[in-house]
Amino acid sequence: MNALRRDAGWWALLLPAFLLMTVLYVAPIVQVLAISVTEPQPGFGNYERLLTNAGVQRVIGTTLRVCAMTTALALLLGYALSYVIALARPAVQRYWLLVVLVPLWISVLVRAFAWVTLLRQQGLVNQGLQAVGLVDEPLRLVWNEFGIVVGMVHYMVPYAVLPMLAGMREIDPRLLAAARGLGASRRAAFLRVFLPLSLPGLVAAGVLVFIFSLGFYITPAILGGGKTLMAAEWIKLQILDLVRWGMGTMLATVLVVAILATLVLFSRVVDLNRLFGGARA
Amino acid sequence: MSGTAAAGHALDLRGLTRRYGTFTAVRGVSLRVERGQFLTLLGPSGSGKTTILMMVAGFVPPSEGQVLLDGADITPLPPERRHFGMVFQGYALFPHMTVAENVVFPLRVRGLGRAERDGKVRAALDLVQLSPFAERRPAQLSGGQQQRVALARALVFDPALLLLDEPLSALDKKLRAELQDELKALHRRVGRTFVNVTHDQDEALSLSDRVAILNHGRLVQFGAPAELYERPRTSFVADFLGKSNFLRGTVRGAQGGAAVLEAGATRIAQALPDGAALPSGAAALLSLRPEKIAVLAEGEGADTVVGGRIAAWSYLGADFALDVRTDDLGTLRVVLPSWRAPIRPAEGMAVRLGWTADAAVPVEEDAAA
Ligand SMILES: Nc1ncnc2c1ncn2[C@@H]1O[C@H](COP(=O)(O)OP(=O)(O)O)[C@@H](O)[C@H]1O
Ligand SMILES: [Mg+2]
Repeated sequence: MNALRRDAGWWALLLPAFLLMTVLYVAPIVQVLAISVTEPQPGFGNYERLLTNAGVQRVIGTTLRVCAMTTALALLLGYALSYVIALARPAVQRYWLLVVLVPLWISVLVRAFAWVTLLRQQGLVNQGLQAVGLVDEPLRLVWNEFGIVVGMVHYMVPYAVLPMLAGMREIDPRLLAAARGLGASRRAAFLRVFLPLSLPGLVAAGVLVFIFSLGFYITPAILGGGKTLMAAEWIKLQILDLVRWGMGTMLATVLVVAILATLVLFSRVVDLNRLFGGARA
Repeated sequence: MSGTAAAGHALDLRGLTRRYGTFTAVRGVSLRVERGQFLTLLGPSGSGKTTILMMVAGFVPPSEGQVLLDGADITPLPPERRHFGMVFQGYALFPHMTVAENVVFPLRVRGLGRAERDGKVRAALDLVQLSPFAERRPAQLSGGQQQRVALARALVFDPALLLLDEPLSALDKKLRAELQDELKALHRRVGRTFVNVTHDQDEALSLSDRVAILNHGRLVQFGAPAELYERPRTSFVADFLGKSNFLRGTVRGAQGGAAVLEAGATRIAQALPDGAALPSGAAALLSLRPEKIAVLAEGEGADTVVGGRIAAWSYLGADFALDVRTDDLGTLRVVLPSWRAPIRPAEGMAVRLGWTADAAVPVEEDAAA
């Protein structure tokens, strides 16, 4: 009884936040969903375009390809980084963490333009490559998928590191010593002991980065230069420039459903509570 | 696990030293373990036991000195090339593998064929009586069972040496006694050389063929358990291995393997074995075990006799433990078998204590003790 009343108290505390969320967040999403089946005329006409319209299909294809590449590269870099940090001495660990986290405090806009400056035709990278004589013509490094992936990986690496590092820190370092003592080479100890034990963190990081990448707007917009379109920019184009609300909200809905589906799928594999920083049950 | 006797290897440590910065954790330790022997490194926490074991295993490179296996210098070899079985403090079982997968691990990384692997794993699990638990995860086992998995995993590849770092310290008292017996039986059966680390003196005495007593990174004394117990070299050894009374006196007249010590009005008759000598007029320190002191009956005599009063006593079932206050020798701890004891102890009771000339042994005082 007492517990019941206490519970009711907690719910009362949550009520304002709950109302705010409903009004500002859930309601617009429901409205977006509604528009996608009412504009320009009621029905599933907009969703039919998913199957018939080559433009929509190309955007979805580009989005999936870029997100998959971004996730793969961010995981690879992030894993190596996490591994080094997890096995470093505590004093050294703090510096590494700072190095990983600092980019998070720099505006995503600033970082995107910095990459444009570096990667454009007369940018530092092309100049360097030409000076060394590796290439004759400047390479097209930006305003295409390559540029987008570079910018997105740079943004995502910290988000890949954090869940993986959390997982690796729970691995008892004595297990690696035990593996060596039992006859495993460094490589075998890593492959048979460390890697399997770090797998949950790796999967968690993958889900986090992939979902995050799906909705990316600023980085692809700037580094894609309007030539390579991804889902978020395409939606903005439909709604603000072409005033085709139905099409824009349709893809937005598809995006939301895709994200939720990914989450549901992976909640069966990993503990989502842990992925989003909660304590282990 | 071919189980042949004396299949073990001899281990030599020569002047092993390990420094961490300016701190010396292990200082010039030399000792030799023969084939198939059970060696225990015994010492208080921080005395350098684990560091020595890690140097033997190859995880910690010595600052000076060598590790020799059957006379061959193995100091530069990495751990995986030494083929030593190791049971870590806390066992370090792989949590993502079943019991069988844990045990097969050393065979798998050595690239053994499936048939050979299966046979050896079954034999190892039988040896520690864990066959019914082969498919469980370590988290589903009790502490004692986990310890046995760690043993099976360390023995399955016929290691040249088995190294154990406080294998029983995580267990409760009753289980510890049980597994102590099992470990001893296991050593008999597999006939390998074992090197065990513990801070538990009972474990060291009951399990070992040889005990190395360490203090502050130094080897204080090395020998068979009975030798260390009966003839401790220093007061630290006497106190750490069992309980001991310490008697201080001045040497008066020493001749022909016997001496007389004077402490106040009390005269202590002391035998000097093996040609040991005590210079006349010097101060001497004797270690006297509590169970070697007798409570004398009316009119009974002994080589040394001293009177006192019982300051405190307790009943331990098999024995009485008495604290007897004396004028010249301080308070003496006496352990008296309770079956047909000559007295019924009571606080303040006057008693006469006696012991033979060979009961006590002269010991050196430890500088740091
Ligand atoms: N990696 C290390 N760095 C610095 N000091 C250490 C290290 N390992 C052990 N020591 C020190 O060496 C001493 C002996 O440690 P250890 O061999 O673990 O003792 P024991 O196992 O007997 O308890 C301790 O004082 C410990 O603090
Ligand atoms: Mg230790």
